[in-house]
Amino acid sequence: MTNQIVQGILLGGYYALIACGLSFMFSVMRIINLAHGSLAVLSAFALWLLASRFHIPPFLGLAIVLPLMAVIGWALQRFLLERSARGGALLPILTTFGLAIVIDNVLFEQFGADTRSLAPFIGNLSYDSWEWPGSLYVGKLAVIIFVAAVVLLGGLQLFLTRTGLGRSIRATSEDPDTAGLVGVDVRRANAIAAAIAMVTVGLAGAFLGMRATFDPYAGATQLLFAFEAAVIGGAGSLWGTLIGGIVLALAQTLGAKVHPQGFLIGGHVAFLIVLFIRLYTSGLGLRGLLRFSTGKVP
Amino acid sequence: MSAASPVIERGTAASRIAGCGVAIIILLLALAPQFLSAGAVDRMTALFIYVILAAMWNALAGFGGLVSVGQQVFFGLGAYFAIRLANAGLNPFVSLFVSAVIVGAVSWPISLFMLRLRNGEFAIGMWVIAALTHLLVNLDRLIQGETGTSLISLNVYDASTRRLTIYWLALASMTALLAVLFGLLRGSTGAAIRAIRDNEDAAASIGVRVTGTKRLLFVLAAFGIGVAGALWLATSITFQPKTYFSVQWTAYMIFIVLVGGIGTFEGAILGALIFFLIETWFGGTGVWYLIGLGATALIFSLLLPRGLWGTLEERFGWRLLSVGYRVRLPVNASDTTGGTASPAQVTTSREKA
Repeated sequence: MTNQIVQGILLGGYYALIACGLSFMFSVMRIINLAHGSLAVLSAFALWLLASRFHIPPFLGLAIVLPLMAVIGWALQRFLLERSARGGALLPILTTFGLAIVIDNVLFEQFGADTRSLAPFIGNLSYDSWEWPGSLYVGKLAVIIFVAAVVLLGGLQLFLTRTGLGRSIRATSEDPDTAGLVGVDVRRANAIAAAIAMVTVGLAGAFLGMRATFDPYAGATQLLFAFEAAVIGGAGSLWGTLIGGIVLALAQTLGAKVHPQGFLIGGHVAFLIVLFIRLYTSGLGLRGLLRFSTGKVP
Repeated sequence: MSAASPVIERGTAASRIAGCGVAIIILLLALAPQFLSAGAVDRMTALFIYVILAAMWNALAGFGGLVSVGQQVFFGLGAYFAIRLANAGLNPFVSLFVSAVIVGAVSWPISLFMLRLRNGEFAIGMWVIAALTHLLVNLDRLIQGETGTSLISLNVYDASTRRLTIYWLALASMTALLAVLFGLLRGSTGAAIRAIRDNEDAAASIGVRVTGTKRLLFVLAAFGIGVAGALWLATSITFQPKTYFSVQWTAYMIFIVLVGGIGTFEGAILGALIFFLIETWFGGTGVWYLIGLGATALIFSLLLPRGLWGTLEERFGWRLLSVGYRVRLPVNASDTTGGTASPAQVTTSREKA
């Protein structure tokens, strides 16, 4: 049982990683990017292509894929989101949904229906484990992912609170018009925020590929995981996302224990329970389910 | 000469003609199976189902401002309950409609919950509901997981009776649902719905019952999509949870409504026709067809967010099945025909009757 809890917590690190980009973008631009999961899968496929075709190991491949994801994020904001956000709050949902369908099916067209994994390209890291006191075996990769999530969330928090660029992104998220008045380049801040979000998505995609298998249509599931973790984590801070990820993973672990097909059900049910509690305790009509306060100074 | 007062009208001459045209078209469609091949009858049934799906999604998103990417949950449930009811011994054709009523009833508690979410959160929250429902339906032993099952009891009817009955049921369902929707949107509820879409807080402040109105729309859309799911089951007989709970159905609805014209009554019908033709011509190209659908939806939402009908309507002032009001300001009293004056249209705001 302790073993499963530890595994669950470590898996929560992955969910936090994929969720933080979603809630970050929502906080800054008030847009939920429905192509979020598909872009993570895109990154996983890019790494797979580099590894299988050009023999570039995935960790090295990140040096190519992450900058590429940043460019994609920037372009996404400049050419799609900025434009569709002008048409109201509903249009970006439709735009990003269309984008998700295009990405999924282009991946399917290119790579076929086979499930892939990056595990064969990272040597023994995929199955090596450390023995912890109490005869606990924890996978090295799971620990690396968890640590990466903590570092990324901490780094993002520091970036937002301690740097000028971070401050201008925070100002934009609070009130874009006023931020513009005091000299913040809102378009630039948004584009940079989108680029950062896509880098986190790229990293999440890499870890998805290393710890499990993926196929062209895996994006939807990842999007739901990201959304659930972000909502469970709630409106606290970026660290809330980590808690959300852990709660989601533990609920899935519990679900799998109750019923062989209960893994996903456990996660969805936990999400709905948290949603229910939040709806009936807050009573604010939930303007910002996902929104974390970026203005919080530690 | 007295000051010309603006003329408020509900429709144009064109819309009165269109009303008669619709009646004639429906009559012709009802007689059509006499002249159509079996395959064509099946295709027409599919078209009617697409129109239902599109009209229901449009009612929710275009008029209610509630964009959901989880509407496949009601499509799947419509089929699932029909299987369950038929298995319990109910006549398969009757169970199609009882099933939709149950779907409507199920959507009520879901609405209590989900309608408190906004925009993207509602959209993706519905997707979670759909994913969860899919998993739960898989647990039912009758369904046998992803293997699925069939509506076996429909086999007691011979193929042509079955085909014709389903055709007429689909046509009748489509007509009835469109008529209900039209009546709803044209009445005071419709005005409330559009007021909520345009500004929820402002609508609430002038006394519109925001939650009740949204819920009505949500339940109606669930019911309609439930009918569509049950009818689809009747045409295809087999029930595989994966195909019915697929997000693809929502993708189709979004494509149809975006291309046709979101928030216009005619747009959903036009979009369904276009989708039907595209599917007929390009459906065989498989994955490129899906890429094309996604890309078209993307392009329309970026460049032509009002869709084809919305654009035509704006440009030429067309009104065929008008659910709103328009105000014509006569330029001068002698020019009563208003042929040259471009009419200022007010379709969205009106005090509650």
